[in-house]
Amino acid sequence: MLVTVASGKGGTGKTTIVTNLALALAKKMPVQVLDCDVEEPNAHLFLHPVFQEEEEVTLPVPEVDNTKCNGCGKCSEVCAFHALAVAGGKVMTFPEMCHGCGGCAFACPQGAITEKPYRIGVVARGQAGRIDFAHGRIDVGVPLAPPVIRAVKRLARKEGLTLIDAPPGTSCPVVAAVKDSDFCLLVTEPTPFGLNDLKLAVGMVRELGIPFAVVINRSTLGDLRVERYCRQERIPVLLKIPFDKRYAATYARGKCLVEEYPDWVPAFVGLWQEIERLVSQRARAAGN
Amino acid sequence: MQELLVISGKGGTGKTSIAAALAALAEDKVLADCDVDAADLHLLLRPEVESVNEFYGSHKAVIDAGRCTKCGRCMEVCRFGAITKAAPVAGEENSTYGSRGSIFQVDSLSCEGCGVCTLTCPAGAITMKPNLAGYWYISETPYGPLVHAQLGLAEDNSGKLVTKVRQEARRLAEENKARLIITDGPPGIGCPVISSLTGVTLALVVTEPTVAGWHDLERVVKLAGHFKVPVAVCINKYDLAPEKSREIEAYCYEQGLTIAGKIPFDADVARALVNAVPLTACSQGAAANAVKAMWDSLMVQMGRIGK
Repeated sequence: MLVTVASGKGGTGKTTIVTNLALALAKKMPVQVLDCDVEEPNAHLFLHPVFQEEEEVTLPVPEVDNTKCNGCGKCSEVCAFHALAVAGGKVMTFPEMCHGCGGCAFACPQGAITEKPYRIGVVARGQAGRIDFAHGRIDVGVPLAPPVIRAVKRLARKEGLTLIDAPPGTSCPVVAAVKDSDFCLLVTEPTPFGLNDLKLAVGMVRELGIPFAVVINRSTLGDLRVERYCRQERIPVLLKIPFDKRYAATYARGKCLVEEYPDWVPAFVGLWQEIERLVSQRARAAGN
Repeated sequence: MQELLVISGKGGTGKTSIAAALAALAEDKVLADCDVDAADLHLLLRPEVESVNEFYGSHKAVIDAGRCTKCGRCMEVCRFGAITKAAPVAGEENSTYGSRGSIFQVDSLSCEGCGVCTLTCPAGAITMKPNLAGYWYISETPYGPLVHAQLGLAEDNSGKLVTKVRQEARRLAEENKARLIITDGPPGIGCPVISSLTGVTLALVVTEPTVAGWHDLERVVKLAGHFKVPVAVCINKYDLAPEKSREIEAYCYEQGLTIAGKIPFDADVARALVNAVPLTACSQGAAANAVKAMWDSLMVQMGRIGK
């Protein structure tokens, strides 16, 4: 099963939920963690995987053969991303703008454009105890996260539980991470920011048609408006984690709640059982 | 005119609370919220919206079912998996959608607007249509004019919308003869961050004393270096993990980064947030005082950079 942990607002505790859920379940079942927050991946800081292999993620970008190019400019005309420009009868390419669509090579009447791989990031995979781990990292200065996210997601296994740590926000990188999930957990905090961004995230998962529920982190540091909203919208709140300076200190050091406070294990196992129940309920409803 | 951008790499370190607290201290400024896919600054500044403007992002492919010959060429050439073949609606197999028993559709969430399908369609059945991807606003707040935006749900082109917000903020600042633009930036290091960062006077990176905060600080500092933007660092809630704070300070010292401020954990911050007021407009507490001291230090640093 593919479960994505997302949030509109950053810093609400996505990685906390992913890592603790993975650790709490790893003894019972096969668990895979895919960190798709490829701009700022953090799950490895808490799970300490031993990385066994690293693979480059590339985009096919244009390479112009100047002996064939006649400077007609058709390539820059068709490029929707301003990745090619013609100046003084010569084509200049801007690989950092390119989306790798192949339009320029297709459009070039001289056959002067071939595509060559351009590195935009890496996918690293390894093992964190019993947890199968992988994350993506875009190279610094690269704007385009979704291709790296898709590369990480291609590693998703069929059996057991695959947990995806999504980037914050509600735009294209988040959609790339959340798409095709069986379930989405939205992590929020009980502040006006948390509520505002939760509403955006709810809009996004509803648009994608993915069943979802909410986790409220630092639940004692704010007000009750998030819970009221969830009640009104009939969104299940599956877990609340209170603010505690000790938990904050655990997180600060790169440790997990279930390691230092094993009392929390049943809560995360319960969270998983609730997710399973909601997913099978939905499958039954769809079957009828 | 100078531009101060507040970013963080990691989300949730306190960018928006700090940007709003600075907004309440600064004079002669225009405010901008470049976190266009989860904008929050308006929640603290209580804007009165003066103009609502449409934002068109990339174009999206649209297939004219009447002209489509179901050859499937578009699906073959699309590298984004945005063209899907769907079963026809029962009973309509032979009507609008032709007789081959399937229809080709564009998944607009996956379409990146490259237009390769329109170039290859032998029937000329595909056109690229402009896509309303969000809105941007000019508002008046008790702390000065604010340019903000909201990207539509699940939309792309956040970088382009950020560029629009920055352009409008600059235009307003010139009109009002303002000396400063304070911008609340997005998290991460990708497309919208790059669009927010290029050419600003100073980037204030707000971090927190955690392994994740530090890790993300390093990546965003590298990004700023890549675009030759000077950086100042703010360690928020530094006293929640004093040891981690000291490690981050040591890292900043090694890298030659100025630490503009260290803000203590203070319940007034959460209170200000819940009451939707900038911290420095409602509190005389430890965090508010630390932000004031940081503002003085930032002004000195920006004064040195000049322009």
